[in-house]
Amino acid sequence: MASTTTLEFEKPIVELESKIEEMKALADTLDIQPQIDDLERQIEILRSEIYRNLTRWQRVQIARHPDRPYTLDYITHCFTDFIELHGDRAYRDDPAIVAGLATLNGRHVMVVGHQKGRDTKSNLYRNFGMPNPEGYRKAYRLFETAEKFGLPVICLLDTPGAFPGLEAEERGQAEAIARNLKLMSQLKTPIVIVVIGEGASGGALGIGIGNRVLMLENAWYSVIAPESCSSILWRSWDYKEQAAEALRLGATDLIKVKVIDRIVPEPVGGAHRDPVAMFQTMVETLTEELDALCKLSGETLVKERRAKFYDMGVWTEA
Amino acid sequence: MAWFLRKNRNITTEQQLREMPDGLWTKCPECATIIYRKELEENAYTCPKCDSHFRIGSSKYVDVLIDHGTWVETDRQVRSADPLEFIDTRPYKARLKEAYSRTDLPDAVTTGTGAVHGVPIAFGCMNFGFIGGSMGSVVGEKFVRAGRRALDQKMPFVFISASGGARMQEAALSLMQMAKTSAFLSELGEAGLPYISILTDPTTGGVSASYAMLGDVIIAEPKALIGFAGPRVIEQTIRRKLPEGFQRSEFLLEHGFVDLVTHRKELKKQIATLLTHLMSGKS
Repeated sequence: MASTTTLEFEKPIVELESKIEEMKALADTLDIQPQIDDLERQIEILRSEIYRNLTRWQRVQIARHPDRPYTLDYITHCFTDFIELHGDRAYRDDPAIVAGLATLNGRHVMVVGHQKGRDTKSNLYRNFGMPNPEGYRKAYRLFETAEKFGLPVICLLDTPGAFPGLEAEERGQAEAIARNLKLMSQLKTPIVIVVIGEGASGGALGIGIGNRVLMLENAWYSVIAPESCSSILWRSWDYKEQAAEALRLGATDLIKVKVIDRIVPEPVGGAHRDPVAMFQTMVETLTEELDALCKLSGETLVKERRAKFYDMGVWTEA
Repeated sequence: MAWFLRKNRNITTEQQLREMPDGLWTKCPECATIIYRKELEENAYTCPKCDSHFRIGSSKYVDVLIDHGTWVETDRQVRSADPLEFIDTRPYKARLKEAYSRTDLPDAVTTGTGAVHGVPIAFGCMNFGFIGGSMGSVVGEKFVRAGRRALDQKMPFVFISASGGARMQEAALSLMQMAKTSAFLSELGEAGLPYISILTDPTTGGVSASYAMLGDVIIAEPKALIGFAGPRVIEQTIRRKLPEGFQRSEFLLEHGFVDLVTHRKELKKQIATLLTHLMSGKS
């Protein structure tokens, strides 16, 4: 897929790609097919080398890539019969969290996710994917609806954080998140979480407690964004790369400390390079997870979900 | 925790100044009144003149709230590990070592059991003086263990929060303590046991967005800073000064997010009365 944004470490690839394009334009008049084939082989090697050795900070950049599929892209391409449901029944509808009923491979589900915008206008509308309390309260309401009608819940996490604004505080941002954490710990229906992009702190976790927590290969999930971590601990915005390393915010890091259960592979170069393949993987993965979870009773689901989170943390006892 | 910018996080000098000194005479940081230690103790570490509430740690809260001779500390041996081998400008291990020697505390929380006017409770109290009261794996684990004691012995659970939020040096593991503690409170709630959450200055970030805001009854001490994002972060977001009293206890009471704002001198009696009401159906 043609990308509108080229990340720094992708430049060598893009340069080769454009060279091939130029040569292909000349291929009708000149016999240069062998050279083109050779370049294409080179590009494949380069690609697999670059993407195999990405630093954590580079992955953060992929997770934030403006062409990366967002929640509504997954909903449109992985699910059918989606009906978006709006509002928290108390204050307003929050466009930074979308939610609704849908069908996945013949199974009816409730799907909830953070939603970013792709341009200035849609980003203002979506508040850059940063929910206000009413977003979490909409999710709360629909989690209860899902339980009532025996529907499994799928949550897609992709937020730079809960919105740190004046009105958000006035309306109880902390309380809204806290209540979701408690409700999600007692919901007698299967919950599958997928971190699809950015999993920034409480804003992400606010819809993030599940029986299974999955994470896309290039997504990040941590207590704080690397830039903010840099500004607090290093007192400068310049240490984001070090902060990303120190935070161990990648999927391979988090599976080791059991914060996540499964890594979902992305197409080479990231989900945005081949969204169709990504959607296909997502459908297969979610179906597999739900097939297993839907066999369990509500009590078992709650018990196992709690046990999994009780187990989180590392400490010593002398 | 404050999610975007909180520059003061590791300035220990400020914390040291604001903590209760152990001298015979103390100067109130608000109104500069000189207070004799005995008088301060009798006043539950609040200023007799201006009612300013001093930041105190768990041992003083035990003195204020728990019946004499009933306190038994638990799980002191649970200590922070450094699972991510976190290093910023200093290694996490060095920060921990310094915090142990400076405070003589086991971590940012102390837990145990005791009685409040004869009502047995499981109790936990955070220590802001220990790395800003930050919540890492130890805080989460001890919260759940203390709460489980309440569950096993059918007692109420009372917990005092004082925290800047999740501990950055344990990264995602700190974040997951929000989930762990909240999951436990759903279990405690099903057993019908009361959980009283007391918010003191400051209660922000991941602590406020989990167990602190989940009390059956939530009590705040006067003028405590309580919120999700820190004031500086919000000012940067909205690019203007915050109004006076924003995110203070009285503001939260007005907006419906705490049940009561209670002077520290009245706290013990109020907790006892609340628990008597809430536990009345159990006997």
